[in-house]
Amino acid sequence: IQMGLAENQLCFDLVENWVKNNPASSICTPEGSSGFKDIAIFQDYHGLPQFRNAVANFMAKVRGDRVKFDPDRIVMAGGATGAHETLAFCVANPGEALLVPTPYYPGFDRDLRWRTGIQLVPIECKSSNKFKLTIEDLEAAYETAKLNNIKVKGLLLTNPSNPLGTILDGETLRSVVAFTNSKSIHLICDEIYSATVFDGDAAEYVSIAEIVDEDRNSNVAPNRLNLDLIHLVYSLSKDMGFPGFRVGIIYSYNDVVVGCARKMSSFGLVSAQTQHLLGSMLADDDFVGEFIAANRRRLSERHRRFTAGLERVGIRCLRSGNAAGLFVWMDLRRMMKEQSVEAETALWKVIIDEVKLNVSPGTSFHCSEPGWFRVC
Amino acid sequence: IQMGLAENQVSFDLLEDYLEKHPEASSTTHNFKENALYQDYHGLKSFRQAMASFMSQIRGGRATFDPDRIVLTAGATAANELLTFILANPGDALLVPTPYYPGFDRDLRWRTGVKIVPIHCDSSTNFQVTKEALQSAYNEAVSMGLKVRAVLITNPSNPLGATVQRVVLEDILDFSVEKNIHLVSDEIYSGSTFSPDEFVSIAEVLNDRGSIQSESERVHIVYSLSKDLGLPGFRVGTIYSYNDAVVTTARRMSSFTLISSQTQHLLACMLSSAEFTENYISKNRERLRRRYEMIIAGLRRAGIECLEGNAGLFCWMNLGPVLVDPTREAELSLWKLILKDVRLNISPGSSCHCSEPGWFRVC
Repeated sequence: IQMGLAENQLCFDLVENWVKNNPASSICTPEGSSGFKDIAIFQDYHGLPQFRNAVANFMAKVRGDRVKFDPDRIVMAGGATGAHETLAFCVANPGEALLVPTPYYPGFDRDLRWRTGIQLVPIECKSSNKFKLTIEDLEAAYETAKLNNIKVKGLLLTNPSNPLGTILDGETLRSVVAFTNSKSIHLICDEIYSATVFDGDAAEYVSIAEIVDEDRNSNVAPNRLNLDLIHLVYSLSKDMGFPGFRVGIIYSYNDVVVGCARKMSSFGLVSAQTQHLLGSMLADDDFVGEFIAANRRRLSERHRRFTAGLERVGIRCLRSGNAAGLFVWMDLRRMMKEQSVEAETALWKVIIDEVKLNVSPGTSFHCSEPGWFRVC
Repeated sequence: IQMGLAENQVSFDLLEDYLEKHPEASSTTHNFKENALYQDYHGLKSFRQAMASFMSQIRGGRATFDPDRIVLTAGATAANELLTFILANPGDALLVPTPYYPGFDRDLRWRTGVKIVPIHCDSSTNFQVTKEALQSAYNEAVSMGLKVRAVLITNPSNPLGATVQRVVLEDILDFSVEKNIHLVSDEIYSGSTFSPDEFVSIAEVLNDRGSIQSESERVHIVYSLSKDLGLPGFRVGTIYSYNDAVVTTARRMSSFTLISSQTQHLLACMLSSAEFTENYISKNRERLRRRYEMIIAGLRRAGIECLEGNAGLFCWMNLGPVLVDPTREAELSLWKLILKDVRLNISPGSSCHCSEPGWFRVC
């Protein structure tokens, strides 16, 4: 049974219903075909205005309308995969580095390094404090890199986290931003799971966009942050369950990066057919509101039932404050013969071959402690 | 008036007609969920099969294509960049015949760090590549300390609007074998040739020479639906490589630039219909030919000659005779005049790195 793929399949009924009731959103239907030609020839790398507006609207709604997004800062990319690579090309030169807290999404090793030539420097997070990123660990990793003559250009955070399924609390996020700001390094926040924050926790999720807003509107000490260092990566692959549509988004507060990323988007534009469909779908506030609420509800319910089931057989999952994501971070350390990578691999093989479940071993996420598994 | 954009708008009625008759082409009405979840970098099998068959039909069945050698990318822009990343290291060189599509300067060089060394062509050979020009470009690269990795041709040519002659293709292939380099053939305008017989694809040349592995494993074809089908907004590019290692690597790299599954589905339906494709290919050719002849005739009446073209969405117009002097500066001031006073946006040959001043591309 495939439990290694983070796919969101819970709300297709809502989407299919919307699509059925909105035939003009497809340029192939009789209702929509009058728009076929204009969409088919539209290859402007700025993207369809209605698409950018709709994405900005959706992103704002996901954050409870606590912030607004400027459609002119929305740049397309070939999925979040393309977005990450493009940002890496924009902010770092070959040989330079990005700091990344572990455990992290294995795809980063390829996406950020392959063609760009940059390095990733891991910041090891520990189970003793629930794998939460601490400023001490961040500073230590930064200083160590410096000692090794590695030029650190930025920090990459995934919030909500893959594979942990946790969200970073506001206070820690603010200290992280203060740190990157003080060192004048970039901060890239991958918020690809932002709409998967569970019911009840949604109000606790703090997006980097809110931190930026706070800084701009602060009564006490406004404009302390250099916004040219802050960038957001987004996608519809996880929140909406549309990985096939390849909708990657770069949202940067840096005008030069926006300009450069936009030109680079020529290498990975979103199909105008898809822009048109989503431009219509995500502009529908009734649908968006219903979708976001149902998505959260159904994901939380699934998560609750799954972790309860695991608990009944004595298996614990990471519980760290507020939760999100399409997976759980399962603790199987007690089941290993010894606390080693080899033991984790042996256990993983048993799970694959005998239990016949495909789950992902923690070491593939660069987790510093063996025995953890991501289960989707 | 915009005459600087190579867009094919002559055959939309055929596309729209197909859609009207085939509602299943919209993934919004059929299997939406399955389609929205599909992100496999192999690409929809049905789409690859449809592409392989379409490409073969364009070549009059004189070459066939294996769907498993088709790698999908978001546009030919991405396909050309991707191949460059694979075939060359930063600082290496690609040899490209001039005049060439200005987009290559960015697409092939920007993020790859690879250089372009021009293969100079001029009107004395109707801008066809010669063996001497190839060797000359190669020598130039070597003298600059650059390692040459491939020759990249566009056939039919942009901006010339003419197919590359078979004998020239053979020369280029022989040259690639001799220097042990790759040959990339961008055949994006292959379906836009005015007659079905005049286009010779590198695929046919390989076939006719017996498909020898040491020849074919260095050949890669780039294709796209942006020009032949007039669908640049859909971002449909492909790399067809005869080299297994390149196919595998390109496929993995395509993760950065996959085609929307919604679009793959639509085009799989459309291009699987032999009735549609055969009709489209022949009507499209005919309409492009008629338009071309009309423009050529009109220009001729005004005393302006063009290169004898047989493909593409443009003509290569010679304003050399009216230049103040045969220089790039004179060409550019003539261009500014045309832009400002005549109010026509056409492309000056120097933007295509043409070594002979006075030529303009008119779409």
